[in-house]
Order: sequence, then structure tokens, then C-alpha cells
Amino acid sequence: MTHRRTVLKGVLGFALAASVSSAALAQEALKIGLILPMTGPFASTGRQIDAAVKLFLAKEGAVHGGRKLEVILKDDAGNADATRRLAQELVVNDKVSVLAGFGLTPLAMATAQVATQAKVPQVVMAAATATITEASPYIARTSFTLPQASEPMADWAWANGIKKVFTVVTDYGPGIDAETSFANKFKAAGGTVESVRVPLRGPDFAPFLQRVSEAKPDALFVFVPSGVGAQFMKQFVERGLDKAGVKLIGPGDVVDDDILQGIGDVALGAITTHHYSAAHDSPANKAFVEAFQKANPGMRPNFMAVGGYDGMQLIAKALEATKGDANGDKLIAAMKGASWESVRGPVKIDPDTRDIIQNIYVRKTEKVGSELHNVEFATIKDVKDPVKARK
Amino acid sequence: MRAESFDARVRQALYANRRWHPAEIGFWILAFAAYLLFPSHLLLLNEIAILALFALSLDLILGYAGIVSLGHAAFLGMGAYAAGLLAKHVTGDPFAGLACGMAAAGLVGLLTSPLVLRGSDLTRLMVTLGVALILYELANSFGSLTGGADGLQGVMMKPVLGQFEFDIFGRTAYLYSLSVLFLLFLIARRVVHSPVGLSLRAVRDNPLRASASGVPNGRRLAAAYTLAAAYAGAAGALLAQTTQFVSLDVLDFHRSADLMLVLIIGGAGYLYGGLIGAIAFKLLQDAIASFTPQYWMFWIGLFLVLFVLGGREIIHSAVKTVAGRFARLGRGGAR
Repeated sequence: MTHRRTVLKGVLGFALAASVSSAALAQEALKIGLILPMTGPFASTGRQIDAAVKLFLAKEGAVHGGRKLEVILKDDAGNADATRRLAQELVVNDKVSVLAGFGLTPLAMATAQVATQAKVPQVVMAAATATITEASPYIARTSFTLPQASEPMADWAWANGIKKVFTVVTDYGPGIDAETSFANKFKAAGGTVESVRVPLRGPDFAPFLQRVSEAKPDALFVFVPSGVGAQFMKQFVERGLDKAGVKLIGPGDVVDDDILQGIGDVALGAITTHHYSAAHDSPANKAFVEAFQKANPGMRPNFMAVGGYDGMQLIAKALEATKGDANGDKLIAAMKGASWESVRGPVKIDPDTRDIIQNIYVRKTEKVGSELHNVEFATIKDVKDPVKARK
Repeated sequence: MRAESFDARVRQALYANRRWHPAEIGFWILAFAAYLLFPSHLLLLNEIAILALFALSLDLILGYAGIVSLGHAAFLGMGAYAAGLLAKHVTGDPFAGLACGMAAAGLVGLLTSPLVLRGSDLTRLMVTLGVALILYELANSFGSLTGGADGLQGVMMKPVLGQFEFDIFGRTAYLYSLSVLFLLFLIARRVVHSPVGLSLRAVRDNPLRASASGVPNGRRLAAAYTLAAAYAGAAGALLAQTTQFVSLDVLDFHRSADLMLVLIIGGAGYLYGGLIGAIAFKLLQDAIASFTPQYWMFWIGLFLVLFVLGGREIIHSAVKTVAGRFARLGRGGAR
């Protein structure tokens, strides 16, 4: 009697366990390996994206397509070989279904091979060199490309009576992208361009700005990575270039929302073209900025945060489309052509290039109340990455 | 008669040093067994093996020749770029790349050795630092060759020995790196216990007396420096081949500084210092970084300060105790 009861209990227990485990299987968490520079010179990028990813999970919920999103954060300190090893470990040990993050171009490039080999989608949330999405068929991007933001600047500058431009860019992929795309477009319109490049690590802008002040251009076109802008602006003023009447133009990286308040009034009047400003006028963006600042006091979301937020959005959208299937090929197929209303405006993932199509805004740095903001005053709709569009 | 017996005693003492200690054999068996024991951490193990080889290289000049260097990354980077460029443009054969990396770094070592041999420790620190900075800037400005700050893309490796493809789990990578480390370690071990190695230590301890007894100081130091450079080049080549990517970071100052820390943790001048230091440093870094991705540097820094202040003897005495136990075991077995 007792024996039969134990058997019965055993069978019941087994059945229960089986049903629980199959339910667990259906809702097994989908792991996302998030690799960011959380320390080192580019830590601000990592902090912004990390905060945005957390905000997404809090605001939009963690369950999408029947799967719970679980984010594993790793710090690569901006070193490419660390990024690659972490990506490999995340794929092999943690069995992540998606790799995300990537603060700088070399970091994204070093991981491309891993994504291809493991057939795991790689969502680039920050790095902005045009060619990144060509490095692997599993890469999709939710940030922007430098040519996308720089070419509209050339049009605006020419249309507004600027004839002679000096460009100062950081000497690596995105900087060279920004310089060449701007210079080609501006020269084609009839303007003249002089260029210098500044090293990526430990830059001192003084000698370069000296050359700028000797050349007396109408405008100075500048690209520096997110977070370095404050240093540049300080030296720009020290050289007296603002008083010499040199207009400051460029893609929006130099007047990064994250550090704009710290740069101070010297940024006033800078004209930049970019895909996101914290001052973007839409209800969705207002709610986003408010929630972001509530969760991270003292921080203002910048374009990196939006790249991270939309990166999560893209993963969630793809997962909903595949109904929770985490197969890499299916996920990347679902990402192609995905479109949604981002806080920056309407965005779409180009099905041919897996790069983002979005509006580019022309902005002027102004005082709004007591705070400095990049106020948008013109919109160029649905801009594709011009480098890949020409191919 | 007395002179002869003295001679014999010295010889015996030197041979005793050369003999393999049971703890050493245990160390290497463990290193190879790690492949089976930790199949999910092979990538980290591979990084440890490469760092260990790099530290071994610094130990050769710091521990045995007494040359301090803050620019050892110059040779790591040289080896990495040489191996990476060979794989990209000529052949993806790993051993060819390894030889190329070692040769390139060794050549730079040979060419810069006259600079390093002049002056005192402080000058050497500055000169080695300077050489590394120059190479860093060269690699940065010859972007068309090295890829500049974007890193060298398109390094494709052929399978090791035509058989073992570099896989995503790091299986081939670890065995390959560990084998290279082991072979080069054997050579280093042979060298430091040879008459040349002994004369090096003589130069380190008392250069005046060494030259008085007929040791060509300069040539010995230059040879040691070149050999160490080639070793660092091998580490660089392994790094380039197993990650199939080279970035400017391999020439960065923090590589040289980290290396110094590794050797301080492990202790210089007995060959295993770099190896043990590399294991301790990487495991610590990995453990703390996965625990707190944002503030791990703080904890590492704190640990290092405490360690240098007092904990250093603890590791060393632990190593000695374990070694002693092994020795007793070994002797017991022999009896």
C-alpha cells in the first residue's frame, strides 16, 4: 500500500516536473550579451547605453515574443581584443542569442567574425563607421553613420553662404568617414576645404586649432568621439576662434547632450546635423527623457542612449516577429525591414544593408530656460547611409 | 686535489639547479590538463598563456639580466603586426607567422639594444618607454598598412599543422599557445642554466667583477635583450593569430605597465614568476570584472596596493610550501 502510494507520488511528481520544465522551456530567457566600454576613455558611451537598456526593460517590459530578455553586461574598456574574447565567451559559455553594444568602430569590427561564425545577430548600438554593416551579414545597426550625418551638413553650409571650411576630425574610421563625406559633398557644391586629423588617444587640439586660426576659414567642421567634445570646445575658446568669427559646424558628436551642460555657453550658436537631440519635440521623446533622468539623476540621454534604447527595441521587435524563436538567421531576417516610431522620429532598418534609415535634423545650440540644448530647426527626411547607397 | 673537488662541488651545485623539480612537472601537467578540466574557459586560458609568455620574456631581461623596461609592449606589438600582416598578405600558416613575429621583434630588440645598454636604470626606463611610444605612433600614422586606430582587419589563419582549425571555443588556440609557451619555456630554462645564463646573472649582480673575469658584458646583455624581444614577439604573434585581429592597443603603454605588475605579483628571476603572475592577474581581473563591470579597476588597484604592501610574501611562501611538499613526495618516490 505504502509502496503503491510512493510510486503514485513519484509518477505525479515526475509529471509535474515535466510540465513545469516544458513551460520553463517556452519561456526560457533570451540572453543578450551587451559589451560596452564601461571603463577607460570611452566610458561615457557605455554608461549611456547601459542606462538606456535598463530603462527599456523597465518601461517596455522584459517579455517579448513570449521570451524574457536577460542582459549580460561585460566591460571591454575599449580594447578590441577584449571585446572579441568577451563576445566569444558570451556565445560559447553563456549561450547568448544576440550580441549588442560596441562603443567604437574597431570593437564592432573585431567582433564581426564571431557573429558570422556563430550565426548570432550583432546589434551595433553606437559605432558609426559606414562600412561596419558590411563586415558580417549578421550585423544590424541602430545608431547612425557619419556620412549620414555629415553630408546634410555640407548642403546646409553651402546654402547658408559658407565658402571656405576647415575640417578637424579624429583620425579613425568614423572621423575619416565624416571628413571625406563632408569634403566631397562640399567641394562638389563649389566650396574649398582644408583638413587635419587628430589622434584618437590623448588628443591635444591646440596645434591643430592654431592652423585653423591661421587659415581663417568661414567655418570649422569638427568631429570628435562622444565624450571628447568638452575638451575640444575648451581649446576652441582658448584660441579665440569663437571671437574670430569662425562658425562651428559638424555632426552632433561635439555638442553631445551628455556633456553639453558642462561645455557651457561657448557652445552657443554651433550648427550641427544629427539624428537625435534630447530637445527633439515629440511626446514620446519628452516621456523618454523624463524617465531617463528620473532613473539616472544628473544624466541627460544623448544619441548613444537612443542607439541603445532602439537596439533593444529592434531585438524585441525581431523576437515578436519570430514568436520567440532565437535562431540567428531568423532573427536577423526579422530585423531587416523592421520599422518603428523611435523617440528620435520614424526609423527603419534597411533590408538591403541592415543599416538604419532615419531623419537627420539641423540643430542650433541654444539656451532653453537655464539649460543648453540642441534645438532642431530643419529636418531632412529618411536619410540612408550615402556611402552604401551609392554602391 | 682540493681545487678539483671544489670544481666538482660547484658543478654539482649547478647541475642540481638544472634538474627538473617535481613541482615543475606538476605545473605543466596541470597546465595541459586545464584543457580538459575547464573546457568552457579556454579563451581565458589562451589569454593567460599568451600573457605568461610575454611575462616570461620580461623576466628574462629583468630577472636574469637586470634590465628594467617600461616599453616591452613594443616587441609584443611588433610581433603582432608582423604576424598579422604576413597572414593577411602572404600566408596564413601559423608557424610561419610565429617565426616572422619573433624575427621582426628580435630584430627591433637587436637594433635598440645599444640604446638600452647605455646608462642606468632610470635611463633604461625612459629609453624603452620611448621606443614603445615611437612604434605606437608609427603604427598609428601608417594607417594604410596597419589599419591605424581601426585595427588590422582581414587576418585569416590556416589550420595549425594543416589539421586543427582555429575554432570559436578556443580549443586549438589554447593548445597552440600553450605548446608554444612550453617549448619556448624549455629553451629559456636551458639558456638560464647554461654558462651564458650564469654569466648573465654575474653581470646583473656585479658588472665590474664580471667584466674583470672575462665576461663580455655588453654582448651578453644585448643577446639577452634580443632573445627577450623575440619571446615578446612570439607572444604578440600568438595574440594576433588567435584573435585574428590586431589593434593599436598591443603597443599601448598599459600593456607594458600591466606586465610589470604581473611580474611583481609572481616574482622575478625564477622563470615561473611570470607564469604564476599571469594566472593570478588574469583570474583576478576576470572575476572582479564579471562581478562589477564598471568599477573593477578600483578593486584591482586596491588589491595591488595591499598585495605589494604585505601580501606578496604570502604567495611566495605558498609557492615554496607546495614546491617543498612536491619535493618530499618526489624524494620519497625515489627512495
